[in-house]
Amino acid sequence: MQRRHFLHAGAAAALSLNATHTWATPAGSTLDTRLLVVFLRGAYDACNVLVPQTSFYAESRPNIGIARPGAGKDAALPLDADWALAPALQSTLYPRIRAGEVAFVPFAGIDDLTRSHFETQDRVELGLPLPGEHVDPSAPRADTTQGFLNRLAQELGARLDSDQRVMAFTDRLPRVMQGRHMVVNTSLARTGKPGTDARQAALLQRMYAGTPLERGVVEGLDTQKQVALEMAAEMQEASRNAISSKGFDLEATRIARLMRDQVRVGFIDVGGWDTHVAQGGATGALAGRITDLSRGLETFAREMGPAWKDTVVVVISEFGRTFKENGNRGTDHGHGTAYWVLGGGVRGGVKGEQVALTGPGALNEGRDWPVLNEYRGMFGGLFQRMYGLDAAALQRVFPGGQPKDLGLV
Amino acid sequence: MTAHHPAPRTRARVPAFVCTTASVRATALALAAAALAGCGTPPAASPPPLGPAPVIASPDTHQEADAMRVSTLDARRVDRAGFGVDALSLQQVGRLGYARWVDEQLHPAPFAPPAPVAERIARMKIVREPLLVRLRDEAAVKKAADGVADDEQKKTAQQAYQKDLYVQADEATQRWLLTAVNSPNQVQERLVWFWVNHFSIAQGKANLRVLVGDYEATLRAHALGKFRDLLEASAMHPAMLRYLDNERNAAGQLNENYARELMELHTLGVDGGYSQADVQEMARVLTGLGIRIDATDSKVKPQLQAQYLHAGALEFNPNRHDQGTKGVLGLQVPSAGIAEVHLILDRLSRNPATARHVSAQLAQYFVADVPPPALVDRMARRWLATDGDIAEVMKLLLTSPEYDASLGTRFKDPWAYVVSAARLAYDGDVVVNPAPLVNALRQLGEMPFGRETPDGWSMTEAAWASPGQMTARFDVARNLVGGNGNGNGGLFRVDGLAAPAPLPRARVESAAWLRTQAPRESEATRQALLETLQSHPGDWSWVALVSPEFMRN
Repeated sequence: MQRRHFLHAGAAAALSLNATHTWATPAGSTLDTRLLVVFLRGAYDACNVLVPQTSFYAESRPNIGIARPGAGKDAALPLDADWALAPALQSTLYPRIRAGEVAFVPFAGIDDLTRSHFETQDRVELGLPLPGEHVDPSAPRADTTQGFLNRLAQELGARLDSDQRVMAFTDRLPRVMQGRHMVVNTSLARTGKPGTDARQAALLQRMYAGTPLERGVVEGLDTQKQVALEMAAEMQEASRNAISSKGFDLEATRIARLMRDQVRVGFIDVGGWDTHVAQGGATGALAGRITDLSRGLETFAREMGPAWKDTVVVVISEFGRTFKENGNRGTDHGHGTAYWVLGGGVRGGVKGEQVALTGPGALNEGRDWPVLNEYRGMFGGLFQRMYGLDAAALQRVFPGGQPKDLGLV
Repeated sequence: MTAHHPAPRTRARVPAFVCTTASVRATALALAAAALAGCGTPPAASPPPLGPAPVIASPDTHQEADAMRVSTLDARRVDRAGFGVDALSLQQVGRLGYARWVDEQLHPAPFAPPAPVAERIARMKIVREPLLVRLRDEAAVKKAADGVADDEQKKTAQQAYQKDLYVQADEATQRWLLTAVNSPNQVQERLVWFWVNHFSIAQGKANLRVLVGDYEATLRAHALGKFRDLLEASAMHPAMLRYLDNERNAAGQLNENYARELMELHTLGVDGGYSQADVQEMARVLTGLGIRIDATDSKVKPQLQAQYLHAGALEFNPNRHDQGTKGVLGLQVPSAGIAEVHLILDRLSRNPATARHVSAQLAQYFVADVPPPALVDRMARRWLATDGDIAEVMKLLLTSPEYDASLGTRFKDPWAYVVSAARLAYDGDVVVNPAPLVNALRQLGEMPFGRETPDGWSMTEAAWASPGQMTARFDVARNLVGGNGNGNGGLFRVDGLAAPAPLPRARVESAAWLRTQAPRESEATRQALLETLQSHPGDWSWVALVSPEFMRN
């Protein structure tokens, strides 16, 4: 395999307005940095979003491939010499990408090769060494009951004010957020009137006072109330501006409200990416999902306002899909994927270790993208820059991980 | 009392305290206060006129009065042993005494569902059509859908196929919940949940949605029998063979997935003393054990024909079996076809590590997050002495001092919470439509057959007491009792079946509440209930169900 090592600190990154952003806050001061992790569950087809500019790509995807930039109305959007972007991004994130606020890390993922959605998601969320992986015996013992974002929250704990939260915007606390740190969770997809009114909440708090669940109940009810307040404000604005958004776009608006104010580490998952059949090309099923996702992310960026410069969004997925289209104009479970990193202080461009996708020899097992940028390394390097975590702290977040600074922020 | 009132076998709406007015609620609370004051014999309540019509025949008007005579200790023992007490179970323990009640529960008569439930179950596709027929149909439909040339039409055909799979999994879930909430065999119900979770499978994989109902029914049949039989039932079920990929495990193409989980999760435990080499050797033993839904047999080399087995969907194919000698867990296993698998299952079931590991998990589920080591030791010894007799091991657990000492401390997982809430709030009413319970479990994130990974749902408090979980419980409880306690009609209405009129109201202020929850209410909870009674009586059932005490048993 012929590898090229290059970190695109050049053209794209130079466009960034915040290349000198200072991230790590001194201990004792309030934490302004915000992190939102977006998990695309079901393995999205990275290869039709970050499109390799090789003839091997075009040959491998005769029906679902996206044409080179300039080749007509459905052509890919130019990015750099090696990569182009799905036209589905045109009306949403593309201007921000041009402005250098979005980095892409191709060949990202986990070394797990089960190609099982659930097992791989689980492993990514736990952030632990894989079975059989050599681990330095001095590394902290792998604890399979805590996810890596919870372990991160534990490291940030002392820097979080009492009203600053770590929150999953999901019905159930996802594995990545489970653990010792108090993480609140609530889905923002549908928000009716809060079930519990103020009188009932007070009643509940009195009943739970002095019990082991008191804190969780208080935090939970408070979160519910805050979310309800934010949603009431949203209703007012909506009636004023007549915005009618839905789906992920609507959730993104709500997430931005909460992350602007209180939430410092957030998580959401977005499903619907398992495109084995009829996934489409420049338009079609996948393009539709990408449009929804990127519209939501653009909305989120805009709604964050001045806090966008202190915000990093990381979009991940459990694995990638096959390089070649299958017999059903779709793609099957693959290996490496592409992560997106967005933020006002992000250094844009295509980052990390790469390989030229010029022939089958560049592929993992001849079928899919290899993993050259292991997720624990990438997140570790990112957390180091964002939070100034030292080596010991990073080992507690990712036991046995090797932080790698890809120059993302 | 016992002589005059033969024990009913099903839940029946009984009128002892049934009324919809606040005055009776006050009576109920007065009773609670009397019980708390140490008053041994509660006042004999003379039954007021019958309110709503009974859902099924033969109501026992004395059931609830009998229930009030049960000691608080016995009531709480029963409350923990199953998914919550109702008047019927209290009456039974009052009649039999706790020790005999445990014996009966461990050797139960088959559950005969009340007529509307039986009728609903009988209409299900998973009941009307045998498993093999459904498997063959699904395979044909899938093949046809995959063969459609036009992409859009193919998508439509595949969606129709998926919908049919969904229906079968939904039926399996509903049948299970109908049984869990209505059956008087509550220890069996709790064990069925435990075993389905112990040998966990996920409905999302391949066509497992066709198989989950049969899987639950198969494990149910062995839930109180010998562990050895239960282990084999799961090992040879197509749901497990597919879920953990043993159907792909063949000589020269080993798939270790099931072999590993068989030892790590189902029997020995992760510290049970096996090595990676044992996993590989175990996988070799398991080669050839798979699924064949065709009526015809596979073609097998003549000299191996005697080893071939094809029963239902299960196939042991000696062509795919590794014919060499294996060495597993220090045991030489000569080539002997499926007899090797039986030998291995024997060994695993009787291994002291298995006795310890599974006993510890039972004790975690029935006693405490961190099970008392002395109890686990005694259970493991009983296991080994009785060749893994589940009823014997459970009898020891349910009559142990550790069990009694832990009463009131165990945090309910969502299934236990939801089912016990329904049993309490609608004590005596027959739930005919569990859809609201399924929705509640979905909202709380513990869907039956929904655990994606083979380790099963966590049974510890930490997994289920997050802030979002607690507020979700408050919402779920509100939905279960209906606005103003007027009841959730969805539980009692099914298309095509006559609904009871009027629909049952939620009434938590029952004997079951008074004998289990009321005596251990904190002062804060008692105040909250009293205040609610005076100012918002329609909220009373909800407040009871969201009290800290009801989260535990």
